[in-house]
Amino acid sequence: MVDTSVSLSGLVLDNPIIPASGTFGYGYEYAELYDINCLGSFSFKGTTREARFGNPTPRIAECPAGMINSVGLQNPGVEKVISEELPKLKECFSKKVIANVGGFSLDEYAETCQMLESQEQVGLLEVNISCPNVHNGGMSFGTDPKMAAEVTKRVKAVTTKPIYIKLSPNVTDIVEIAKACEDAGADGISMINTLLGMRIDLKTKKPIIANKMGGFSGSAILPVALRMVYQVYDAVKIPIIGMGGVSTAKDVIEMMLAGATAVQIGAANLINPFVCKEIIEQLPEEMTKYNINSLSEIIGGAH
Amino acid sequence: MKQEIFVIKSQEKIAKDVFKMVLSGNTNDITAPGQFVNIKLDGFYLRRPISVCDYDKNELTLIYKTVGEGTAAMSKYENGTELDVLTGLGNGYDTSLSGEKPLLLGGGVGVPPLYNLCKKLVAEGKKPTVILGFNSADDVFYENEFKALGAVVYVTTADGSYGIKGFVTDAMSDLDYSFFYTCGPEPMLKAIYNVSKTSGQLSFEERMGCGFGACMGCSCKTKYGNKRICKDGPVLIKEEIIW
Ligand SMILES: Cc1cc2nc3c(=O)[nH]c(=O)nc-3n(C[C@H](O)[C@H](O)[C@H](O)COP(=O)(O)OP(=O)(O)OC[C@H]3O[C@@H](n4cnc5c(N)ncnc54)[C@H](O)[C@@H]3O)c2cc1C
Ligand SMILES: Cc1cc2nc3c(=O)[nH]c(=O)nc-3n(C[C@H](O)[C@H](O)[C@H](O)COP(=O)(O)O)c2cc1C
Ligand code: FES
Repeated sequence: MVDTSVSLSGLVLDNPIIPASGTFGYGYEYAELYDINCLGSFSFKGTTREARFGNPTPRIAECPAGMINSVGLQNPGVEKVISEELPKLKECFSKKVIANVGGFSLDEYAETCQMLESQEQVGLLEVNISCPNVHNGGMSFGTDPKMAAEVTKRVKAVTTKPIYIKLSPNVTDIVEIAKACEDAGADGISMINTLLGMRIDLKTKKPIIANKMGGFSGSAILPVALRMVYQVYDAVKIPIIGMGGVSTAKDVIEMMLAGATAVQIGAANLINPFVCKEIIEQLPEEMTKYNINSLSEIIGGAH
Repeated sequence: MKQEIFVIKSQEKIAKDVFKMVLSGNTNDITAPGQFVNIKLDGFYLRRPISVCDYDKNELTLIYKTVGEGTAAMSKYENGTELDVLTGLGNGYDTSLSGEKPLLLGGGVGVPPLYNLCKKLVAEGKKPTVILGFNSADDVFYENEFKALGAVVYVTTADGSYGIKGFVTDAMSDLDYSFFYTCGPEPMLKAIYNVSKTSGQLSFEERMGCGFGACMGCSCKTKYGNKRICKDGPVLIKEEIIW
């Protein structure tokens, strides 16, 4: 018997497989297809203080081995998430979930996290700092180590739950940002968010995405994600949730060898809604094939 | 929704760049006309959404136009090819709203989902009238198939090379109808929305990530709140549309 369990700041997961925020809604669409209790956990749709419709459509463009999305954090707002989505989710998922939080000001991040603090279902908070800061010319919180540290401090101050800061890959030096978050008290790092990308329609000669640019993810970004997780693992002591282009059990093992304690799967769910379940089923066989008895022992094994 | 493997039974070209594909497989999850399936194609990242044109217990008919690389690749698939398909997606049309004399309006590859709808309406004892709109005579398909169901059929072409010259709206003004159902390009839907005298259901298209409600890639605003075209649509009722 192989051991697939891992631990994220005290939260023990049966396996490291976590559907990534924005690709799994609040779980029910998938619960219609399979018992989602087989998952290690899952990260729900990015939630903000206020309800958001998000960006105009088209929001989706296909790429070779990936896709661009420009959903723009559409969500019903934290109050509705607590009053409507979490109770519904409880009926199909009995484990702890990861609350993904977005924000456009420091106050907003803090207030949203504070409201989620009382939710027993929430095992940890994943704070998405790729959002633009409305008080700072719209520059993303995640592109400046000082701002990233500031968000970390503010949310740490209002919650006792572990805080994982979700980093943007659209920076010159992701290691510097990760270190700033660790120094500011982050319990872990979640990485990577989508890479800024674009497609142009040859018929209209204009960008396909209404907002022109969007977040590129899917299989194509796996090497970039692996490289960044590898670099950050070298520089911080806190655990990393690794993601970006993962779609097979082998990819999961690779991501863990690079330094991830748990692994999220995003775009792959949209194409094969059973992918997380299939990976969980295939993991023991792949582990045996590569002489791995315990997944937690291989974290950072490539270093 | 279900994931099923379908096998291509036959494919034929029925108009310019338009193919009819018959698949065999389990259609249990298709519950209403106007629903769609989402097909995985080898070598393409995202699935391709195509409306259900017709189905019975173990056969599914799709009609699609080759507009890009994915549909072009699909048109070259040989009989016997297995396809990974998510079936039973979307809400579909509601035949209980139709009244006695429903009017069905299809534009181009918006025509296919109306076929099974027309079949259901006829089976329910209603008297549908169908207007099929195309650009030109080369593009026309399914006129006889709709006639064979017992519907009164009008065909319009934008260039006048076949049937009535003009758009579907030019053929609907003198007709008497109890409700309308439509699918086609958005400018056509909007024109119908503006000139229609009754309530109706309109089927929309959007670029999709998942096609089953998980990614928020296809959202639109309606008077009844935000909706996902793939899950809460593709069919919307006239009264909820914001134009
Ligand atoms: C609910 C629904 C039902 C549909 N039913 C039919 C049908 O019955 N017959 C038919 O011919 N077509 C139908 N379409 C349109 C069909 O999905 C597109 O023509 C097809 O995806 C184009 O793929 P491609 O690779 O050839 O084009 P490309 O332009 O190369 O495709 C690139 C990407 O854009 C997407 N895309 C391109 N055009 C459209 C479009 N019009 N709508 C949605 N996504 C698009 C593709 O899915 C793909 O992800 C339907 C679309 C939707 C949303
Ligand atoms: C449709 C879609 C919506 C997303 N929404 C969010 C979100 O709300 N919050 C967030 O932190 N990340 C969001 N992401 C990013 C993913 O969680 C993940 O970081 C990224 O897609 C990389 O993983 P992948 O290559 O497996 O998709 C979204 C991604 C996609 C494809
Ligand atoms: S395409 Fe994913 S929600 Fe509609």
